[in-house]
Amino acid sequence: MSKFPNQLAFVGVVGVSVIALSVGLSERAAHKAAEAAHEAEAHAAAATMEPVAQHEDPAAEETAAAPAAEEATETAEAASAPEPVAAQEADTAEAVPAADMPASEETTETASADTAPEPDAVEEVAAAEATPVPVVDGATDTLNGQGDTMAVAGEDTAPAHAKFGLGRVALPEEIAAWNLDIMPDGTGLPEGEGDVWTGDEVFAENCAVCHGDFAEGVDNWPKLAGGKGTLDRKDPVKTVGSYWPYLSTTYDYVRRSMPFGMAQTLSDDDVYAIVAYILYSNDLVDEDFVLSKDTFLDVEMPNADGFIVDDRAETEYDQFSQEPCMESCKESVEITMRAAVLDVTPDHGGDEAAAEPAPEDDASQMAEATPEEATAESAEESASAPAAESEAAPETADASTPDAAPESADDSEPEAAAEEAAAVAVAADPELVAAGEKVFKKCQACHQVGEGAKNRVGPVLNGVVGRTAGTLDGFKYSKAMIGAGEEGLTWTSETLHEYLADPKGYLKGNKMAFAGLKKPDDVDAVVAFLEAHP
Amino acid sequence: MTTKDKGSETGLAPSRRQFLRGAAAVGAGAVAGTAARAAEPDPLITEVQDWASTTGAGVDATPYGLPIEYESDVVRRTVPWLTADPISSINFTPIHALDGTITPQGCAFERHHSGAISLRKEDYRLMINGLVDTPLVFTYEDLERFPRENRTYFLECAANTGMEWAGAQLNGAQFTHGMIHNMEYSGVPLRTLLAEAGVQTEGKWVYVEGADASSNGRSIPLEKALEDCMVATRANGEALRMEHGYPARLVVPGWEGNMWVKWLRRIEVTNGPVESREETSKYTDTLADGTSRKWTWVMDAKSVITSPSPQAPITHGHGPLVITGMAWSGRGAITGVDVTMDGGKTWQKARLAAPGQDKALTRFYLDTEWNGEEMFLQSRARDETGYIQPTKDQLREVRGENSVYHNNGIQTWWVNGNGEAENVEIS
Repeated sequence: MSKFPNQLAFVGVVGVSVIALSVGLSERAAHKAAEAAHEAEAHAAAATMEPVAQHEDPAAEETAAAPAAEEATETAEAASAPEPVAAQEADTAEAVPAADMPASEETTETASADTAPEPDAVEEVAAAEATPVPVVDGATDTLNGQGDTMAVAGEDTAPAHAKFGLGRVALPEEIAAWNLDIMPDGTGLPEGEGDVWTGDEVFAENCAVCHGDFAEGVDNWPKLAGGKGTLDRKDPVKTVGSYWPYLSTTYDYVRRSMPFGMAQTLSDDDVYAIVAYILYSNDLVDEDFVLSKDTFLDVEMPNADGFIVDDRAETEYDQFSQEPCMESCKESVEITMRAAVLDVTPDHGGDEAAAEPAPEDDASQMAEATPEEATAESAEESASAPAAESEAAPETADASTPDAAPESADDSEPEAAAEEAAAVAVAADPELVAAGEKVFKKCQACHQVGEGAKNRVGPVLNGVVGRTAGTLDGFKYSKAMIGAGEEGLTWTSETLHEYLADPKGYLKGNKMAFAGLKKPDDVDAVVAFLEAHP
Repeated sequence: MTTKDKGSETGLAPSRRQFLRGAAAVGAGAVAGTAARAAEPDPLITEVQDWASTTGAGVDATPYGLPIEYESDVVRRTVPWLTADPISSINFTPIHALDGTITPQGCAFERHHSGAISLRKEDYRLMINGLVDTPLVFTYEDLERFPRENRTYFLECAANTGMEWAGAQLNGAQFTHGMIHNMEYSGVPLRTLLAEAGVQTEGKWVYVEGADASSNGRSIPLEKALEDCMVATRANGEALRMEHGYPARLVVPGWEGNMWVKWLRRIEVTNGPVESREETSKYTDTLADGTSRKWTWVMDAKSVITSPSPQAPITHGHGPLVITGMAWSGRGAITGVDVTMDGGKTWQKARLAAPGQDKALTRFYLDTEWNGEEMFLQSRARDETGYIQPTKDQLREVRGENSVYHNNGIQTWWVNGNGEAENVEIS
């Protein structure tokens, strides 16, 4: 903490957010004047280019116009404020999680008053409040009376100016493109609508491959439905219906980050439809429900009141701050649980799956003390051990299954394979292959290729060129894909071109949830890339 | 080991071999205070070795150096069964094999929600919008023109040790405590960038998001944003690695790693929290009664012994033993670490390698003697607020057994007479 000797002063002042302006004490005044002019220019530009009214602020001019001498005085004042003691700083930091709505102006005051009762801090805030044009600088380089020095020896805090004139004004189109987040009250929701039945179809096409046809989750992918009433039980099932407190989160997340590997490809209407379907899957709306900005607030989320703000400061910190025992603290020590019994630690190679499930008696021993939720999408959720979960086995199975069927095993088409191999030898264009590697990023959410590749959502693609469709060992294909293979479909440069341009149209009923590559060049490139991985 | 010895047969095979080699030394010497006497001259000394005679590698043999081949097992590792897929997944820092406090970037753990993206500096844009006077766009070059600071901070994933919540599960400090790294960041204070755009009085929060497909948006109270957050472009003196957010990431000192948004592309000043997926459905802590804590951002004081530990058994026989580990707190500096060798009957103060630093890792040592006795090793951190790292049982008493995140309970390693260690829980 001692490394921020002047930080409270700094925070206190910065917290008051009516524009801050920085001024070094003397020499930099000229430089500052130039900067202020630059800044005024920037704001003028903002005023003309920025049609979003709330972004304009008269404070800009105010700032630019503020007399330098006055600020310099205030800077000195801020800088000469008593140095906060370490404890106060710690308090400020701690106060943050508990503060419901950390604010700039009000909260600076309240937070400081609440958590830093020492008179110094209060004075500090008072000083800031009393300042007509708050000044942000002061902090580092003016402290210790060495105001003119940009870098005081031993000083590790960057000098703060109000403005550097760096960057450029964000254009409305740019803000519109990125400012997609949706607030809990629905602010930010786009126009449009979607109904449950459309959602059923769109979900099946885009989401079901991981989340299941009924949002029940495939393998370790997240369940989106169910789990009602499980939160206070062992191994709660956390879904949109059982856990998510705000509907805005679902729309926001689906629109920005789903489908996995193809984020931001869905239309706003499709997102409405998907969300409507997820709600329906959770029995939260009827089948004739249509979701739009207008009906959004009609939906009641069952766990809306299920959250409290971090209360560790009240419930834990006192208890966990008692002077600890150092001698004769307990009589005996018994082992109550051993990791070796569970045996789920990966070996040193790291990429091997966990060893085979523990014998049953071990598993039952574990079941008592280990959460068993194998549906977790992420490490965070996955407190479970596969030992007690047969469902977690696919990973293990993958690892022990030969990854790719050797090309030669495909003896139904020996000639074709040979031809393809020859073609690869002749046609491999390193640039095209490299371009294909980039395009393949669109595929790698589901497919692996290269050394050590394993089946994931999609099959390993080593040797796909020349392979009969739907025949890679160890991968569970759709009936449509297996059928096509049985009818003689072999993946050649030609058939892959057709398939990749329009996966659904080319092979109806296959489960690859990919819209296809729109650019012919991309198809050429990715096929060349696959050909380079025999 | 009375039940299964699987860990040693498969997982710990290299260590076991090492151990057997080392076992020859047990009893061969090491009477405290007296140097052992060799039975015969050591050929490594008496014979001229190749490396003492021929020449070694020239400069530029590896323009960017990598660790020597003998250290090839000091790498990040994943636990495949944890996640559905390796793209939205996590791996672990090999803390059992590291010393000091700085984590080399190349073995600092990774957590991605949509994979690590490759984003060129030239293509990098950072937008500040929302409740500001002037919404701005910065290029990477712009960022380099603001005054910057150097700060060392730990980053711990909220889920670190989460798999251990209900009991001892993974056998290795890397897996139980490896979702952490500690680096020296160079970057621009967030307050500087916010001042450039001019935060309006209605602004109370910032919403930060990344350029990757997950966007991983998080809401941060403005007060924290102005206090010590920074936009970092370098770690440990060099550019961030791709997997850590190249070319720029957010640093949120002391707070859970998920908030340290990588490939930071946008900072929106808002009047309330967005309540994004990552701060509602994830990174919240469900208590026994089914209610869940949210905004549990601060990472409380915690420590772990990194050696000896299951992946770092004692291989050198009896006599002097260095017990070491690391401690950290999101609420300030570590002021002390206690270590017990008998499962908590008696505790000793460990030696801090350097005074604790604000929200950064602290290395501790206990220089002791070991003569083959069974040990139950634990460490217990204390931070400058007076907070003492609790036991797992104490935490479960308050939070129940359904929590996953924010497990900072005391870890136990059971070391047997052979020097092998296992992750256990004790009474």
